[in-house]
Amino acid sequence: MPTKIEKDSLTGTNTTGHDWDGVRELDNPLPKWWLYTWLVCIAWAFVWFVLYPSIPLGTTYWHGVLGASTRAEVDRDVAAVTARRAGVMNKIAAEPYDAIRAQPALLEAAQTAGRIGFANNCQPCHGAGGGGAIGYPALAAGAWIWGGRVEDIELTLQHGIRSGDPDARIGQMPRFGADGILTAPQIEQVADYVMTLYQTPRKDAAEADVKAGAALYAENCVACHGENAKGNRELGAPALASRVHLYGGAREQVVAQITQPRLGVMPAWNQRLDAATIKSLALYVHDLGGGE
Amino acid sequence: MSDHTLQAMPVVYNEEVVRKFMIAAMFWAVIAFTLGTYLALELTWPTFNLGYSFTNFGRLRPVHTSAGIFAFGGSMLFGTAMHVVQRTCRARLWGGPALANFIFWGYQFFIVMAALSYVMGYSKSREYAEPEWHIDLWLTLIWVLMTIVYVGTLLRRAEPHIYVANWFYLAFLITVAMLHIVNNLSLPVSFFGAKSYSLFSGVQDAMVQWWYGHNAVGFFLTAGFLGMMYYFIPKAANRPIYSYRLSIVHFWALIFLYIWAGPHHLHYTALPDWTQTLGMAFSIMLWMPSWGGMINGLMTLSGAWDKLRTDPGLRFSVTAVGFYGMATFEGPVMSIRSVNSLSHYTDWGIGHVHSGALGWVAFISFGAMYYLIPVLWKRPAMWSQRLVAWHYWIATLGIVFYITSMWVAGIMQGLMWRAYDSFGFLQYSFIESVVAVHPFYIIRMIGGVCFLAGGLMMAFNMFMTIRDPQDSRQGFPSGLAVAGE
Repeated sequence: MPTKIEKDSLTGTNTTGHDWDGVRELDNPLPKWWLYTWLVCIAWAFVWFVLYPSIPLGTTYWHGVLGASTRAEVDRDVAAVTARRAGVMNKIAAEPYDAIRAQPALLEAAQTAGRIGFANNCQPCHGAGGGGAIGYPALAAGAWIWGGRVEDIELTLQHGIRSGDPDARIGQMPRFGADGILTAPQIEQVADYVMTLYQTPRKDAAEADVKAGAALYAENCVACHGENAKGNRELGAPALASRVHLYGGAREQVVAQITQPRLGVMPAWNQRLDAATIKSLALYVHDLGGGE
Repeated sequence: MSDHTLQAMPVVYNEEVVRKFMIAAMFWAVIAFTLGTYLALELTWPTFNLGYSFTNFGRLRPVHTSAGIFAFGGSMLFGTAMHVVQRTCRARLWGGPALANFIFWGYQFFIVMAALSYVMGYSKSREYAEPEWHIDLWLTLIWVLMTIVYVGTLLRRAEPHIYVANWFYLAFLITVAMLHIVNNLSLPVSFFGAKSYSLFSGVQDAMVQWWYGHNAVGFFLTAGFLGMMYYFIPKAANRPIYSYRLSIVHFWALIFLYIWAGPHHLHYTALPDWTQTLGMAFSIMLWMPSWGGMINGLMTLSGAWDKLRTDPGLRFSVTAVGFYGMATFEGPVMSIRSVNSLSHYTDWGIGHVHSGALGWVAFISFGAMYYLIPVLWKRPAMWSQRLVAWHYWIATLGIVFYITSMWVAGIMQGLMWRAYDSFGFLQYSFIESVVAVHPFYIIRMIGGVCFLAGGLMMAFNMFMTIRDPQDSRQGFPSGLAVAGE
């Protein structure tokens, strides 16, 4: 189709003379405001190139006249916030727990650090307020496996449980079923007996089974869980005569735990958190309701 | 037949493949909107993950993004590109109907394979490039064939010049091919296994991924859809394009500047500072070239604004250009490092993406479809103009719900994450920020329901239009479209 420049009747502007399937174009210039705004943006960009690290130069780069660096910026920010906390955190790290409790302002700071530290690090497993879940100890319930004094909690926080840390708390329970130490019916008898420790009277278990279970308990379980089933904190053996059970107190859960025990892991927090934060967390966890 | 009669024969366009692409686009649009709404539900109440691996958010999310971008968006782009290049070149599609058909079915096969692989748990874990290597190779084949057909049609054109819409479509086809190939360079673990590992590692890998990711936005969702805008707005408004010069300048500026802006996705990461500065500065320089398309779209309507009252389809196109302008201003603002420190990793980003995806990409597609469906099926108009108007209002309302709730949620998250108390401790834990945005997630979900409802209205309207036996154009065999009509 030949080029035919026409005047657009509505605007009085010339077309470029092209026509594609009825689509034509007007010959308007670039809008001035558009052009100048763009030029300002380009000028701004070039100012930025001069001021900030921008142009690659082989193995190095143009560092910019301001000497700006995001890594230095992060270091400065971290240093600033560390300095802001230093007053209270150094005190928390240095003073014994009784002394911290005796100073209301320091205790408030420790509780704040504990609250936010708990919510960001512990809550995903232990639940808001330390309510716990199956496999994750209920910290507010007072059913401590490794001890509930604030010093015990601090030690658990520092080194974790089965965490790989050389000082980690390590408890082992044999795989009674999986390794063939007990037969499946025997394990059920043990479960029937163990359940009488916290669920009395049991109507659905035969007395003979409970008796047999008690005998098996005396042979296999007493060494760690104790004569009265109150557990052994030295070994991390949980109390069985308790309403709180880490892996659940229903019959099939007890059977499963004897057959092939689940042995949970808690990280060693001394690799991620500083001493003052761990002490604050110990205080916070202790005060959730279960502390001794 | 003598040469003389051959020349006198009219050019018969291949519209069959365009019709197929429009039906596919409508189908995938409904899938994408449904999945998006369902994912918004999962985010609001995680119990809707249902506990199955294949309904898990992590697996459904790429199905949603791929259905929106590649299935709905891609079918729209391929379909309209094939339509526009034939019309504006007055040439039949190069390669014949069998090749066009193969491209259509090959592309749909790619989409289905990709979606199935995601729900089965296969993913390269590269955002917007999740398909594994064998699906990538298949897409490469289809893409190259599409580009050859497109260029072949341009070469046999009967017009002396190439219309601006075709520059944009061509930039889309060539650049996305380059991005796709480079970003997906990877080493399969075995010939018969789906797993592969990226050829790049560390921060280079992240940079290549976001060079791809950002330019997928630039060349797939911007350049491609600008091509659509440059044809369908002047056609629907029956007005000339506002400025030829602006179209040239903003095209080349957009093409040159967009490709550098990717690093702004990696502010405050291991990416070197100089790369971050370049990404930010190029994003700022990109603002006006992006707006060139908006100006040309809106100013083309001068003298035809009254058409918005009577043509709800055109209303979609114009609103799309408005959202395009808003999103391409918001983008450069968010690329500024200090703004990014507030907005990054928050729902502000999700809101920004959807003001582009729903407001620009989907709306410009709806506008094009409402124009194209009667043309392709030779109907006087859509079955119901009132339904088009209803679609417009409910979809616009949905977008407003979506982006305003995400702005508030995102800025709130950003402020909560950086708040310190008087001792220098964080004021809020992460979980508190999750609880705080919950009401806004509900509003976002309602926005999604509105947008989906609009999509269903459109699908119904399209179905009724096609089923309607009334044929407005007599004299040509059904299915044939002839140049110069």
